[in-house]
Amino acid sequence: MRWLSNRTVAHLRRVAEWPDLGTTKYRLLGELGRGGMGTVFLAEDVMLERRVALKVVATGIAAPEAAKRMLREARILAGLEHPGIVPIHDAGALPDGRVFYAMKRVDGKRLDELAPTISLPERLRVFQRICDAVAFAHAHGVVHRDLKPENVMVGPYGEVLVMDWGVARILARPEEATGRGPSPAPEDSRTAEGSIVGTPHYMAPEQARGAIERTGPRADVFALGRILQFLLRLDSRPERPLEAVARKATAEAPEERYDGAEALSSEITSFLDGNRVLAHSESAAERAARIFRRYRAPILLIAAYLAARTLLLLFGHP
Amino acid sequence: MPDDTDIGGPSARFPSTRHSAVLAAQSPDLLERERGLAILVETYWKPAYKYLRCRFGETNEDAKDLTQGFFARAIEKDFFDGYDPVKGSFRTYLRTCLDRFVSNEKKAALRLKRSPGTPLLALDFDGAESEVSREPAAPDRTMEQYFHDEFVRSLLALSIEKLREECALRGKDIPYRLFERYELDRDPEEQLSYDRLAEEFGIPVTQVTNFLAFARREFRRIVLEKLREITANDREFRDEARSLLGVSS
Repeated sequence: MRWLSNRTVAHLRRVAEWPDLGTTKYRLLGELGRGGMGTVFLAEDVMLERRVALKVVATGIAAPEAAKRMLREARILAGLEHPGIVPIHDAGALPDGRVFYAMKRVDGKRLDELAPTISLPERLRVFQRICDAVAFAHAHGVVHRDLKPENVMVGPYGEVLVMDWGVARILARPEEATGRGPSPAPEDSRTAEGSIVGTPHYMAPEQARGAIERTGPRADVFALGRILQFLLRLDSRPERPLEAVARKATAEAPEERYDGAEALSSEITSFLDGNRVLAHSESAAERAARIFRRYRAPILLIAAYLAARTLLLLFGHP
Repeated sequence: MPDDTDIGGPSARFPSTRHSAVLAAQSPDLLERERGLAILVETYWKPAYKYLRCRFGETNEDAKDLTQGFFARAIEKDFFDGYDPVKGSFRTYLRTCLDRFVSNEKKAALRLKRSPGTPLLALDFDGAESEVSREPAAPDRTMEQYFHDEFVRSLLALSIEKLREECALRGKDIPYRLFERYELDRDPEEQLSYDRLAEEFGIPVTQVTNFLAFARREFRRIVLEKLREITANDREFRDEARSLLGVSS
C-alpha cells in the first residue's frame, strides 16, 4: 500500500472536500476559505469567462439542514441588492449532491487585516459604508447577527462589502418592510428560542442569551459598536467622542443604543464634519478645541489679520 | 497491495456493502462479524502500531507483539462488543481499549499469551516501522492527535488503494494515473499545468480536466464510504467527516 507523507495527507484532505463541478458551468481554481457551514472556492464561470466565489456546504453537516440554511442565505443575498452587500449570481446543487451558491469574487482584504494599515478618517469612512449596508438590510427586514471585522471585505478601490449572511434573521417579508424583492419566509423554527448564533465578542447581550425575539436591528448596532471600538483601539489615544459613540452603541439594554445603523453613522458624520456628537457631553475645552479644528483656516486668517492690524497700530505710525 | 497485509480474505478487503463495520463486529452472525473485524483491523492496525511505538516508547519488536496481541485478543474476547456509540467515537474507544490492554499486559507480563489456535495476523510491520521513521510524531502533537493523524493517513491510503483497484477494474487506468501524477506525486515546487499533463499523457486538455474531476469525485466517494463503514451511526459519521476533510491542522 502506498505511503503518504504529511504534506500529501493534508493535500488529500482538501482534495476530498473539493466540490464536483463536473456538469456545471464552473471550473474549480482553488480554495478561498472555510467557515462553520461551508467552504468558499474560487471558480471560473466558463460561460461568462469571469471568476466567481462558490460557497459549498461542508461535508459532515446534516444534508437537509445544511441545504436549507445555504439556500436561505442565498435567497437573503438575492433579496438585498446593495453596493455594500456581496451580490449573488447563482444557486443550485452540485453533482455530488451538495448545495452551493455562486457570488461575486471579492478581491481585497478583510477589515481586520486592513484596518491597522489605514488612517482613522479612512477607517471611519469604511465603518460608515458598513453602517449603510446594514441599514439597508434592516430596512428590508434582515438582521445580520454576525457582524465583525472578519466578515467585512474592503476592495482595492475602497468598495466595502458585508459578507457571511449565514445566520441572518428575517424579521419581515420585504413586501411588508419596503415593498421590494423576493425573500425567504420570516424567522420561524430555523433559529429556535434559546439557541445562540454569532461570535461572542460581537454578540449583543440579548443575542448571547438566545433571546431570539429580542434580537433585532439593535443587536447589529451592538456589533457595529464593537467594530467601532476595534477600529478606535488601533490608535494609542482614541478620540473621546468616538469612544462615547461606541459606548452608546454597545449599551447593555437595547433601548439605550442607537435605534439603527443610520443614526450611528450620522454620529460619525458629525464627528468627521467637526460637529458635536450627541452621545458625548463635551467640556468647554473640548468644545473650544472642536470649534478650532472645524474652523481652523478662518480662525487662523482672522488671527493673522488681527495680529497685522495690532502691529500696524503699534508701529505703523511715525 | 503488493507490500501490505492480507487479512480476512478478499471479500473482507473490498466489502461489497456499506454497512457499518463497527456494528458488524458486534453482530451475532459469524460471517458478518468476521467481515466487520477485518475492516476494523485493516483500518486501525497501523495507527495502533505507531501509537504504541510513540506513546509507550515500545521497541519495534514489542510494539509488533502488542499490536498482534491486541487485535487477536480483541477478536477472541469480543472487545468491540462493549462499544456504545452514544458515549463517543469508535476511534476513541479503540484507543482507550489499547491503553488498557497495554497496561494490563505490562502488569501481568503476559505479552503474547494468546489462546492456542488464535491466528497470528499477517501484518506488514516492516512497512509500518519505516513509516514511523519517515514521518515521526511531531513534538507539538499530543498522542491522541498523533493517533488521529495516523488513522487519517491509514484511511486515505486505503482509499487510494481502493481507487486504484476500482479504476483498473473499470478500465479507467488513465484517470487514476493522472490523479496519481497530479495529486500524489507532484513536487510542491513543481508548476504542473493541465497543458503539460495533456502532453505527457497524449490526450486533450479537456480530457485531463474531466479525468481528474472523475478521479477526485471517486476518491471522495470512497473516502466517505470507508468512513461510513468504520462508524456506528450517522452522527459519528458526520463528526468524523467534519474532522477529516479539509482540515490540515
